[in-house]
Amino acid sequence: MLNNLSAKERLGIERVKMPEQDAIARSRNFAEVNLGLTLEQAMREAQRCLACKSRPCVAGCPVEVAIPEFVTALAAGELTVAARILMGDNALPAVCGRVCPQEVQCEAKCVRGARGLPVAIGYLERFVADWAMANAEDLAVESRPVPTGKQIAVVGCGPAGLTAAGELARRGHEVRIFEALHDTGGVLRYGIPEFRLPKAIIDAEVARLSRLGVDIECNVIIGKTLTLGQLREQFDAVFIGNGAGLPVMLGIPGENLKGVYSANEYLTRVNLMGAGQFAESATPILRGRNVAVIGGGNTAMDCVRTARRLGAERAMIVYRRGESEMPARVEEIHHAKEEGVEFVMLTAPLAVLGDTQGWVRALACQAMELGEPDASGRRRPVPVSGSAFELPADVVINALGTRANPLLTATEPDLKLNRWGNIESDAQGATSLPGVFAGGDIVRGGATVILAMGDGKRAAAAMEAYLGQV
Amino acid sequence: MFEVLENETLAPALHRMVLRAPRIAAARRPGQFVIVRRAEGAERIPLTIGDADEAAGTLTLFVQAIGAGTRDIVAVPPGGCLRDVAGPLGQPTHIENWGRVTCVGGGVGTAVLYPLAKALAAAGNRVTTIIGGRSAPLVILEKELADFSAEVRVTTEDGSRGRQGFVTHELTELMADSATCPRAVFAIGPVPMMRAVAELTRPTAIPTLVSLNPIMIDGTGMCGGCRVMIGSEARFACVDGPEFDGHQVDFQSLADRLTMYRDHEAQCRVGLQP
Ligand SMILES: Cc1cc2nc3c(=O)[nH]c(=O)nc-3n(C[C@H](O)[C@H](O)[C@H](O)COP(=O)(O)OP(=O)(O)OC[C@H]3O[C@@H](n4cnc5c(N)ncnc54)[C@H](O)[C@@H]3O)c2cc1C
Ligand SMILES: Cc1cc2nc3c(=O)[nH]c(=O)nc-3n(C[C@H](O)[C@H](O)[C@H](O)COP(=O)(O)OP(=O)(O)OC[C@H]3O[C@@H](n4cnc5c(N)ncnc54)[C@H](O)[C@@H]3O)c2cc1C
Ligand code: SF4
Ligand code: SF4
Ligand code: FES
Repeated sequence: MLNNLSAKERLGIERVKMPEQDAIARSRNFAEVNLGLTLEQAMREAQRCLACKSRPCVAGCPVEVAIPEFVTALAAGELTVAARILMGDNALPAVCGRVCPQEVQCEAKCVRGARGLPVAIGYLERFVADWAMANAEDLAVESRPVPTGKQIAVVGCGPAGLTAAGELARRGHEVRIFEALHDTGGVLRYGIPEFRLPKAIIDAEVARLSRLGVDIECNVIIGKTLTLGQLREQFDAVFIGNGAGLPVMLGIPGENLKGVYSANEYLTRVNLMGAGQFAESATPILRGRNVAVIGGGNTAMDCVRTARRLGAERAMIVYRRGESEMPARVEEIHHAKEEGVEFVMLTAPLAVLGDTQGWVRALACQAMELGEPDASGRRRPVPVSGSAFELPADVVINALGTRANPLLTATEPDLKLNRWGNIESDAQGATSLPGVFAGGDIVRGGATVILAMGDGKRAAAAMEAYLGQV
Repeated sequence: MFEVLENETLAPALHRMVLRAPRIAAARRPGQFVIVRRAEGAERIPLTIGDADEAAGTLTLFVQAIGAGTRDIVAVPPGGCLRDVAGPLGQPTHIENWGRVTCVGGGVGTAVLYPLAKALAAAGNRVTTIIGGRSAPLVILEKELADFSAEVRVTTEDGSRGRQGFVTHELTELMADSATCPRAVFAIGPVPMMRAVAELTRPTAIPTLVSLNPIMIDGTGMCGGCRVMIGSEARFACVDGPEFDGHQVDFQSLADRLTMYRDHEAQCRVGLQP
């Protein structure tokens, strides 16, 4: 195909639209919303890239994927080359292509965004990764390196742990991941729903690590089953990537009524345990008719879209600021709207109201207006007096966010934490304990998949240096 | 996979199961529990570690088959496997020598009580144990508890074993005599029983510990589903408990939340099938 286009010709190509499942149909099923590009669409989109010498897009990616290079290879139809470049920089491209907030990262820096729309880097990344998974098994199968004899323990099987484990295994170390839950993936599996990130992708990535020799042991809770001290004795180094799994409570009356969930519980029931999705799942879930989700981030969008798929007639986002202040990805908000989700903006919950049997019947709310900017630079919502109202609801989901879970850190007083309970580490992931490294949400608080992966990768390099010294 | 080594029926629907889980056996302390998942797709079921043998690497569980999840677990024969066993979870019981204590067990709660009572006796307490059930076959572990208790009192609602009535009658009797009045009470059983015991000891402020059994998922503080109100504070039973000061517990809210999925009607009560 044409790959010797002039800049003018490239500039003339319009950004590709992602083929999607029909909005009405998909609002009642769990199949993936974005269907993926065809080869033709992907190559044409790749031709929009100007292969800028200064590589601004690369600077926007936390793991510095060689974007112009893989996109150029794709534009020329050299898929194996593209895949090799991409996978050299990013251990989970099929995941990142789907869930990275590209609009504020790589694509935000793309020069084509200055006049028009940026190159759809995320879609292209997803395309190449999916192609490689389906067509180039051999690409993914790496030969096992010469064993170094060093043993490494990784705590947590989320993106941070998986990335660190892969990097270390490729260097020839014997790596064992300990995971508290009965399955792998961390938030990728129990948090992000199937319709955004199919579980088969996580399975494939995990299988790739297993082939590299990484040993994954589920049902082991560090701090309970084994202590960090035991790991330090038995292994040459330890990486902690145990995430930020502690729900922030609403702290309003009625929080214990039947029908009030934390986002973590709601999503875990559906995503990890299959409630409401698979007939063979024994886990129950309340299917609400009117579901109110409190919050404005990715987690809130995932909950409200899940509620819709479980049959809710009204699935509502209740958020105390305005739509433009919502931290969720633009694509998620857009998809949610198409699926019939209602946005109740500038509204703060006051209390959850129950019936005489203890079931939720409504959310008592208060209208807000935007005042002066606060510390985060966003305009602070202030209550409008005399504006209290009731929103009928039978399920209320709290998606206010998560904090560092103290289960592990509380058992190791010498491990230095910051005042929010996150592990303190230097830029390379080294903690206050020799040989113990950390990364991902346990260090950053709730962040992103790609930042967690970047941490895992940097920490693996630092661990390599550390192992060379001891 | 965790191999089941023994599975014995103690009473109708009550099984004593021994399984191999060396790491948990080494780490566990009285009062802690595990979360068991029988197979792919099954529920995660919290079960107290009844006993453990560190040298043999085994755990003993007492399981009452009350629903689909627990029925599946007790159906696993020796030689069979449980897919997932995670733990030990929760805080160990704070064991001290109070001098004279009373342990009250109701139904399967008696099994949960067993490791605790044993540890209290080992710490030098004079342990009086009261166990109750609806009828004789539901009174369990009497012999095992007698091994270290100074006295075991049995009650049944229908009088088919021991004294007819409720465990609270026996406790009232013990409390009435300064020579037998306990310095601390440990009560584990159905919510109404624990609540009644807590109400009994509240006026004289006898320290009273109860073990709560809210619905749980992860057991690591991640989901918040097991929250219980202790005083005016929401606490997670899986990490802060499962034992709490009985005088602080909001039993009404606990009992209420336990009915959230009581039957299929409840699940679909407010919603639609897709
Ligand atoms: C609903 C939801 C949607 C999101 N959507 C996006 C998105 O679209 N894009 C994006 O970039 N980011 C998104 N995020 C954020 C992103 O998922 C996280 O930033 C990322 O997963 C953090 O990775 P991690 O490896 O640090 O931790 P996690 O993914 O949290 O993994 C930690 C793992 O450690 C295990 N663990 C915890 N404690 C222990 C212990 N003591 N012993 C052993 N194992 C333990 C946990 O069970 C878990 O499996 C979302 C988050 C949520 C909750
Ligand atoms: C910390 C802890 C320790 C426990 N230790 C033991 C033990 O050692 N032995 C034992 O037999 N059981 C124990 N339980 C109770 C056991 O977990 C429940 O009986 C089990 O989860 C019920 O699941 P099921 O699928 O069999 O029944 P379901 O069909 O889910 O429920 C049957 C009935 O039990 C109620 N129920 C559901 N979950 C619970 C629960 N967690 N506790 C009480 N009732 C519930 C339901 O509302 C319903 O009425 C413990 C629970 C906790 C939280
Ligand atoms: S990893 Fe994420 S930020 Fe980096 S290039 Fe890929 S989509 Fe963009
Ligand atoms: S900035 Fe945009 S056009 Fe330039 S190389 Fe990166 S993706 Fe291509
Ligand atoms: S069971 Fe999830 S927080 Fe306790």
